Amino acid sequence: MNYDVVIVGSGAGGGTVAQALAPLVRDGRRVLVLEQGPRFDDDEFTGRELEMATALYADGGGFLTAQGTMTLAFARAYGGSTLVYTGTSLTAPERVIRHWNVPGLDHADLLRRSERYLGENNVHLLPPEEINDNNRLFVEGGTRAGYRVEQFPVNVKGCRGSSLCNLGCPNQAKQGTNRVQLPAAERAGVEVVTRAEVLRIEADRTLVVRVAEKPGGGKGRSSEWAPGDYRVRAGIVVCAGGVIGTNSLLLRSPLPLPRAVGEGFTCHPALILVAEHPRPITNDVGHPKSYFVDRGAEQRFVLETCMYFPFTTAKALSGFGADHSRVMRAFPRLQMILVLGCDTATPGNRIAVDGAGQPVVHYRFTDETVDGLVEGTRAATRIFFGVGAAQVHAPFADPPSIDARDAERVNDLITARHFKEGKVAVSAAHLMGGCAMGDGAGSVTDAWGRVHGLPWLRVADATLFPDSLEINPYVTIMALADRVAEAVRADAPALLG
Amino acid sequence: MSVLAAVRPTFRAIAATVVPETAALDADGWAALEGIVEQALAPRPPRMRRQLVVLIRAIEWLPLLRYGRRFSRLDPARRTRFLTALQESRLLLLRRGFWGLRTLALMGYYAQPHAAASIGYRADPRGWEARR
Repeated sequence: MNYDVVIVGSGAGGGTVAQALAPLVRDGRRVLVLEQGPRFDDDEFTGRELEMATALYADGGGFLTAQGTMTLAFARAYGGSTLVYTGTSLTAPERVIRHWNVPGLDHADLLRRSERYLGENNVHLLPPEEINDNNRLFVEGGTRAGYRVEQFPVNVKGCRGSSLCNLGCPNQAKQGTNRVQLPAAERAGVEVVTRAEVLRIEADRTLVVRVAEKPGGGKGRSSEWAPGDYRVRAGIVVCAGGVIGTNSLLLRSPLPLPRAVGEGFTCHPALILVAEHPRPITNDVGHPKSYFVDRGAEQRFVLETCMYFPFTTAKALSGFGADHSRVMRAFPRLQMILVLGCDTATPGNRIAVDGAGQPVVHYRFTDETVDGLVEGTRAATRIFFGVGAAQVHAPFADPPSIDARDAERVNDLITARHFKEGKVAVSAAHLMGGCAMGDGAGSVTDAWGRVHGLPWLRVADATLFPDSLEINPYVTIMALADRVAEAVRADAPALLG
Repeated sequence: MSVLAAVRPTFRAIAATVVPETAALDADGWAALEGIVEQALAPRPPRMRRQLVVLIRAIEWLPLLRYGRRFSRLDPARRTRFLTALQESRLLLLRRGFWGLRTLALMGYYAQPHAAASIGYRADPRGWEARR
């Protein structure tokens, strides 16, 4: 089968490219999206933790790094990880784009494109009456502690406050690519095939694709194509399978690629911090992530409000046994804050593939990243105690429970020496890098996502980031993907004839 | 194929130490917990499943050296001390292994809706409407 453009992946990057290439379809071109995950019906989003995590996330959200010391969360579905984010919609900081120093990429252009998608995705601030106690306490405590607390703009429409965003919104309120860009692309004639894994891309622009059968009793629709292996010939290939998907696909493809593919992997290693209040608060109802404190530039951490589910919370707490159970039984009284460390692209932190072509993520915590997590933990602890928490559960303390009477000793109790890899539960959802934009030896693509030396091959997701974005990345991914699509449209006559 | 079948008594002793509430489970309760664990392990590489069984066996027998008894025959306090030693081990391999085992026990218990309800977790797809 022959297509003019094949897009691999349907998340923030792939979904955006799909919609932006609709004009090519009107011109008679054939555009195809191949998505490894399934397409879900609205009534399949039950909010039940294990059921939804298993259906939506790779390895149920517990994809382990090679060192086995951090789990990575990324989705495989029609809409990619836009199904499982909280809809927080921030634009790239000017200082970060300046630091990236990519020739031909400027902040003003990214901002202009980002703002278009903010409008398209109904991004706005939630009104005060929809903010729960978990978020209100963060604002109050953060302000008292002297931090600049900002409200997240979110891309929801008809949010009922289920608090279940990370398990796929049961009310379809989040305006991810599964709700906005992909349906628009399909209406315009772009074809989308789900449960379609691209095994490799060959040098003659053929994609070897395996379409999986729907497992018995599993969620999601069957694929649009019959199960089996396919060879799809493309004029242009756009890789947007997310950082793990894109890097591993390129690395197992027999292509003359730049040597830097897979290098420069970064993420936001995150800790879930929990505090007990004397009385119940509204925590598991309402939008879970409405506010943040950004100390990325100064102290290498970002704090975000959060509220997780019982198993995720249990896993995040240190220790086990009676003390652990006691914290879990306090669930209605728990306040939660997510501490994100801002790492940087570091030699050795990279994505590779094993002998079977499966992704392997090598990641070691640098001292600077650990320091950021420590500072973030201290800041979150001050916020908790500032609003009357009786006890804070901090994984960088030993023992992890800190009583309110020790609030003045936070700096002494929470230190880097208590960070033991393999003991502290660290997870990351904002995965970045591996095919850096730029023009030097460490880059893989130019500022428009064209892979050096292979003008028909493009990258259009967070893989393009040459370093950490330091904030929630999906809007920036959409803006970059929009640029990639623009270049594809411009180059189409020359590449496709 | 069952991973836990070969090490079930030890796994249950570990799970009961990690999540004390499991000590009160009846046969159906254990079956539900272990069913979740087996499901989580099924797609994992065979090598990882084998390593897990080796770890559980090591946990069963290593306490003989220190306490003169196997893990499953230890009293709760000694079980806790032994697992704490693994969690705090200087060897990353042991810390990682215990972390994985602990994660499975927590998943088997807290991923069940009745356990979630028992701790007061009330999230509902209807959101605010369900609370008013």
